[in-house]
Amino acid sequence: MAKDKIQVLVCSGTGCRASKSDEIVKNISQAVIENDIDKDVQVIRTGCFGFCEKGPIVKMVPDNTFYVQVSPDDAEELVAEHLVKGRKVERLLYENPETKERISDSKHMDFYKKQIRIALRNCGFINPENIEEYIAKDGYMALGKVLTELTPEKTIGLLIKSGLRGRGGGGFPTGLKWELTRKVKAEQKYVVCNADEGDPGAFMDRSILEGDPHSVLEAMAINGYCTGADRGLIYIRAEYPLAIERLKIAINQAREYGLLGENIMGTGFNFDIEIRYGAGAFVCGEETALIHSMEGLRGEPGVKPPFPSEKGYKEKPTNVNNVETYANIPPIILKGADWFASIGTEKSKGTKVFALAGKVNNVGLIEVPMGITLREVIFDIGGGIKDGKKFKAVQTGGPSGGCLTEKHLDIPIDYDNLIAAGSMMGSGGMIVMDESDCMVSMAKFYLDFTVEESCGKCAPCRIGNKRLYELLDKITEGKGTEEDLFKLRNLANVVKDTSLCGLGQTSPNPVLSTMDNFPEEYEAHVKDSKCHAGQCTALMQYIIKEDACTGCTLCVRVCPVDAISGERKMAHFINQDICIKCGACMEKCKFDAIYIA
Amino acid sequence: MDKIKLTIDNTLVEVEKGTTVLEAAKLTGVDIPTLCYLKLEDTAFENTPGGCRMCVVEVEGRRNLAPSCKTQCEDGMFVSTHTPRVVNARRTVMELILSDHPFECLVCTKSGKCDLQSLAQDLGIREIHYQGEKSTYKGDESPGIIREPEKCIMCRRCETACNDVQTVGTLSALYRGFGSVVAPAFEMDLDHSSCTFCGQCVAVCPTGALIERDNTWKVMEAIMNPKKTVIVQTAPAVRAALGEEFGYEAGTLVTGKMVSALRKIGFDYVFDTDFAADLTIMEEGTELLERLNKHLQGDKNVKLPMLTSCCPGWVNFFEYHFPDMLDIPSTAKSPQQMFGAIAKSYFAEKMNIDRKDLVVVSVMPCLAKKFEAARPEFAVDGDPDVNVSITTRELAQMIKSANLNFDALKDDDFDRPLGESSGAGVIFGSTGGVIEAAVRTAYELHTGKTLEKVDFNELRGFEGIRSATIDFDGLPINIGIAHGLGNARTLLEEIRAGKSQFHAIEIMACPGGCIGGGGQPYHHGDVSILKKRQIAIYQEDAGKPIRKSHENPYIQNLYKEYLGAPCSEKSHELLHTNYFAKKKKIEIE
Repeated sequence: MAKDKIQVLVCSGTGCRASKSDEIVKNISQAVIENDIDKDVQVIRTGCFGFCEKGPIVKMVPDNTFYVQVSPDDAEELVAEHLVKGRKVERLLYENPETKERISDSKHMDFYKKQIRIALRNCGFINPENIEEYIAKDGYMALGKVLTELTPEKTIGLLIKSGLRGRGGGGFPTGLKWELTRKVKAEQKYVVCNADEGDPGAFMDRSILEGDPHSVLEAMAINGYCTGADRGLIYIRAEYPLAIERLKIAINQAREYGLLGENIMGTGFNFDIEIRYGAGAFVCGEETALIHSMEGLRGEPGVKPPFPSEKGYKEKPTNVNNVETYANIPPIILKGADWFASIGTEKSKGTKVFALAGKVNNVGLIEVPMGITLREVIFDIGGGIKDGKKFKAVQTGGPSGGCLTEKHLDIPIDYDNLIAAGSMMGSGGMIVMDESDCMVSMAKFYLDFTVEESCGKCAPCRIGNKRLYELLDKITEGKGTEEDLFKLRNLANVVKDTSLCGLGQTSPNPVLSTMDNFPEEYEAHVKDSKCHAGQCTALMQYIIKEDACTGCTLCVRVCPVDAISGERKMAHFINQDICIKCGACMEKCKFDAIYIA
Repeated sequence: MDKIKLTIDNTLVEVEKGTTVLEAAKLTGVDIPTLCYLKLEDTAFENTPGGCRMCVVEVEGRRNLAPSCKTQCEDGMFVSTHTPRVVNARRTVMELILSDHPFECLVCTKSGKCDLQSLAQDLGIREIHYQGEKSTYKGDESPGIIREPEKCIMCRRCETACNDVQTVGTLSALYRGFGSVVAPAFEMDLDHSSCTFCGQCVAVCPTGALIERDNTWKVMEAIMNPKKTVIVQTAPAVRAALGEEFGYEAGTLVTGKMVSALRKIGFDYVFDTDFAADLTIMEEGTELLERLNKHLQGDKNVKLPMLTSCCPGWVNFFEYHFPDMLDIPSTAKSPQQMFGAIAKSYFAEKMNIDRKDLVVVSVMPCLAKKFEAARPEFAVDGDPDVNVSITTRELAQMIKSANLNFDALKDDDFDRPLGESSGAGVIFGSTGGVIEAAVRTAYELHTGKTLEKVDFNELRGFEGIRSATIDFDGLPINIGIAHGLGNARTLLEEIRAGKSQFHAIEIMACPGGCIGGGGQPYHHGDVSILKKRQIAIYQEDAGKPIRKSHENPYIQNLYKEYLGAPCSEKSHELLHTNYFAKKKKIEIE
């Protein structure tokens, strides 16, 4: 990184690229040349800044001006004003929604104030396609330290002491997992990076790989040194093309620099990494299914034990860790176990990256210390609920997690507290729901996902999830009975109790947690045929207010199924048996005479 | 071995480390229900995917229920196998499986023999609380095997048989979740796949998802047609297993009752495939000696070892997987086809029946025989040598449909001339039997001496691959034996690599040979049944007055009257065949 130059950092994560950030880079670069300042300015594509709600983001360094929602047309102005004349472009600065004050440095924004960035430390700060930028940020220093100063035992001891737990969902202590693999005697061992991120709405791992691929490669090499493996495999879904491209570039650069391959840093340690592609099956995030998939077999989980640490890839001891877990490791090595352990709660140390989504104002990728409350995440960082609506629930842990409500808002987030509250950390999806979200429909949405993603190997998951979905569908259609609620709960419990792998063991969680937290909503659906959130169309009724209807017959003409009848200039009515709830009548009515009940 | 103590249903039990909870429970007299689980002792078959979850048990301290088939015992474990939680879970999962299964038990081939049906009955399922969409798939009606994938419960037993044991690789799980099913790749028809029709998938299928093609009505139609003379041949392994269908102990020979039943069903002549087995020995044994003599004389072009060719599943296997080695197996047809060829020539001429009016039915322990009978090279002007092939199970069905009281039937004898056989013909039904029969004849033909001891115990057994050296009066003959196609593959690959030391190899596709064929009464995982059938076969051999094929007077007469000599021109025309390389072609509709 040439420190003298002004750097224009343009977010080049998948989300911002979809909003034309490539074009922004092109236009800024062109304007820089046209203004003849290309010797002093460097335009850099970075990984995700996290504040996706306001993307595409352009950041000027060293003055840290943070421009939001930039379009390619803004490029010329940014260059002419900010870079040439040194004047900030006010209209592209972030506006505090309450005070309406324009904020130029991201550290003063509520979205960033409470965040601590360890795993995402380099995302948005460096060019992920340039190894030197990573090295300039102390990259590969941890590997150097481990190889020259620490033994595998000491390194693992350090990880155990740091309290780092697996970020993929299970929360197993990482150091212990490494120790298990280290202890097994074998000629060949493997280290695997699980980049098969599949929760709906989650993009933590993708963002790390897109924004800071070397941090993962470095940590895998450290893992190889500690566990005695000389080969690493990254299992990544083929639908992450940008992450794959950047990983490939990173692996090649690391090889060129002698940081992967034979005799790394002259220490005699050999380690190399290959990429393996997944076809995008959620279940392949389960480590035994992942290993089967890498072996070219059907992506199905196996029964543990044996654990992969004993018999994994090609029957050899294999250590599987998730992307975010890896990204945490170099800083732990460099800054020490005590530093890491000082962040977080008693049993959950460090930070966690969440993909904050749903009905919050600030959708994006956040990294927060363990122990932060849901209230802080949703209201301080997330900026509260969209359109001034009322908070209803938050789903953590994706399709395997549960929904948490108002009463859970102040519990400190960590692995154990979330489980105690009936949900789980999972890989870090966090979807916020407001009063207009129907919880039965929410559970149905997740079941739809797990039905699609079940591998089919065990009967309870293969058929049970399908039947759970059908029961939920029946209830949202207004055809459910009270007996169905008993069936739903029994089936959910049995699927959880008998399924082979984590997918089926957790897929009923959205059903059970919504049944526990919102029993009245289920009852309203089956007893009163009402969806109070107004989301279940089958339970909605369009009704004409007699006193407001003028009998203009506009609604009659627009109704596609002839459900509306009545005399001219007299009040009309809607035949509910025919109505398909398209809403065309309400839209057309000039007298606000039609409402939803 | 380390010992472990655990408690199962309040009973303390000591087991070796590595024992599963399911096995440990069995030791205490507790039979935990299973469905997908199947292990065939003394064979390579082990199917434990842990998928059906019927064997779940409660383990103290464990969050969820444990599949006992996959859970290893741990010291101090406290296991309960029938708590309300366990029973509710089993019943609920069973209801789920049934909710995606056709309700056509009344007309299902497998009714009464279906593991799913019997477990559902044991669990007392009277209502299915979780009903919904049922899966639908493309079915398949091949000449040998019918696939009804709607009845598939994803137990994966067939997949294990097809891939791990037989190494055929036709069946595997397709799609995922609710739509998953076991089928050939791209759901292509078995006929176009690498399937050998060995039928071992059918033998282990717990439901009616994989069954034999039912040809019983074709047989009845022929019998009802007054213009047709209908004759039947019965394979050696059938008589050793048919009784099981009527409640007899496994291994009970029911040859006489079987003949009697066939006659009552209405066959005009009841013959024995064993006769044709003797004929096979004459041809195959002669061919072996010819090859062996050439080899001893230094002929480099002669192919050795010679492989037997009487098993049609095996023929299909090498045609598909070893198309470069088609000149190694004997060219002799299988006994079924030799019988058909002789019946429609020698017998038809003798009886003055037009071959088109002669219907040859075969009763076989085998599904590949149905495929073999339909091969175009085994027909003359479109008229097949063997018109219809049925299995042991289908014969039992016909006997039941004809309301014959099997137990009360008196023993009958086969008709002549195609019903007389030596003991050598009988042992064709067991692994090692064909080669033993061949040795009995080849020894005498080669040495000119009388073989005093006809029992070659060194060739008998149940191990997957066996070998023995037989002394041909100073000339050591190395013999290999394999049953199960995976074992066959091992020997074949040795030959391909030029490392085989054998002069002759016998191969049978099914475990134990024909006694374990895909058309035999279901063993439901009990391998001792196969072993008892094997003992019965050797018993029948021991009780025969003639035990060497070349001493069968009707065989001698056939050569004298009709064929001339073994491997003569006429013999070649009628009794030998060619093999065809099967294309590895994938057709996607």
